[in-house]
Amino acid sequence: MNQWNNFTKGFLKESPTFVLVLGTCPTLAVTTSASNAIGMGLATTFVLIGSNLVISLVKNEIPDKVRIPAYIVIIAAFVTIVELVMKAYTPELSKSLGIFIPLIVVNCIVLGRAEAFANRNNVFSSVIDGVGMGLGFTFALFILGSIRELLGNGSILNIPIYSESYIMLLFVLAPGAFIVYGYVMALIHKINKSKK
Amino acid sequence: MAQRESTFLNMVGCLLVVTLVSGGLLGFVHARTKDAIEASKLKAQSDAISSVLPKFGELGKSLKVMPEHSTDSVEVFPAFTNGKMVGMAVKTYSEKGFSGHISIMAGVDTLGNITGYEILEHKETPGLGSKMVVWFKNKEKPGQNVIGRNFSSTRFTVKKDGGDIDAITASTITSRAFLDALNRACSGIEKYKLACAAKMTQEKK
Repeated sequence: MNQWNNFTKGFLKESPTFVLVLGTCPTLAVTTSASNAIGMGLATTFVLIGSNLVISLVKNEIPDKVRIPAYIVIIAAFVTIVELVMKAYTPELSKSLGIFIPLIVVNCIVLGRAEAFANRNNVFSSVIDGVGMGLGFTFALFILGSIRELLGNGSILNIPIYSESYIMLLFVLAPGAFIVYGYVMALIHKINKSKK
Repeated sequence: MAQRESTFLNMVGCLLVVTLVSGGLLGFVHARTKDAIEASKLKAQSDAISSVLPKFGELGKSLKVMPEHSTDSVEVFPAFTNGKMVGMAVKTYSEKGFSGHISIMAGVDTLGNITGYEILEHKETPGLGSKMVVWFKNKEKPGQNVIGRNFSSTRFTVKKDGGDIDAITASTITSRAFLDALNRACSGIEKYKLACAAKMTQEKK
């Protein structure tokens, strides 16, 4: 039951985007379309699983005073692997995500989970936490991306839903990101409150 | 297992091991993906070339030429069918976009007619400037369509500036940049022809 909890908390109760409010920069920037959001979410998930796994394995070997630089190097290695693999096999996606893939290195979610979870829990729970948090992040990005794409571009996952003459362009631009983010965050908090 | 203590040697040793292992791992991944990255870049380029030109047999050797009023060169890819030139694809650019650099692949046949274009890279506003990806090849709207127009008979500037092309609604700057890139392609082709002619006379000597 405990592991199940570790897995599901990333979606609503401790959603990295809506409750912990970490990694907002890529969240606002890449959610212009649902497919971008999924790509970004899955790339972050992979990095989270890898870094949580390695950090929980070596946590006792790393002296306390140098743990942050050591974690950052481990995270950066995983991010670079993702970047190279994406460039090689999904060039289109890597082009549309651009600079935000290398910026996963400084995404607070990854270092935050390393500090708050992986360095004090065993390997198995850390991996589960990585999967849960990563998919929770992906889920949050997907919601934001779908809403913004639907309102701002009249489509979801590039499938046109209604005519382009009725779109509200604002929603694919930066202000729309903040507006949608705010409303969805309020909604998630309401759901979390009603559960308690 | 207890935490390793933060002595100087421990810290140096730990960082050394972490960086060495990550470095080694990255080297390995780089070596494994290098060819695939190269191949996907080349494929993207050749896909763009074949989409802007009519069907052709094979590509000739590309040449970088310096067009007029430019800070950087453009690359010209001649296309042949059975040894006869059918057209040229030009990888051209403009720095005048609303958000800076725009990179375009433009196809031109031997008579100077534009056969197609493909936007390779741009950072224009989504929903406004980004419409240029399809705007200038809309066959139903001859005012904005550039496909089939000839470099010698068309003024490739927006109507506001006295040209022949309808600008994208609310994105005149992007439209100017797009046409700037096309004009650069035209100038590049002239330079390319000169370079080829010079090479031919040299070979005759």
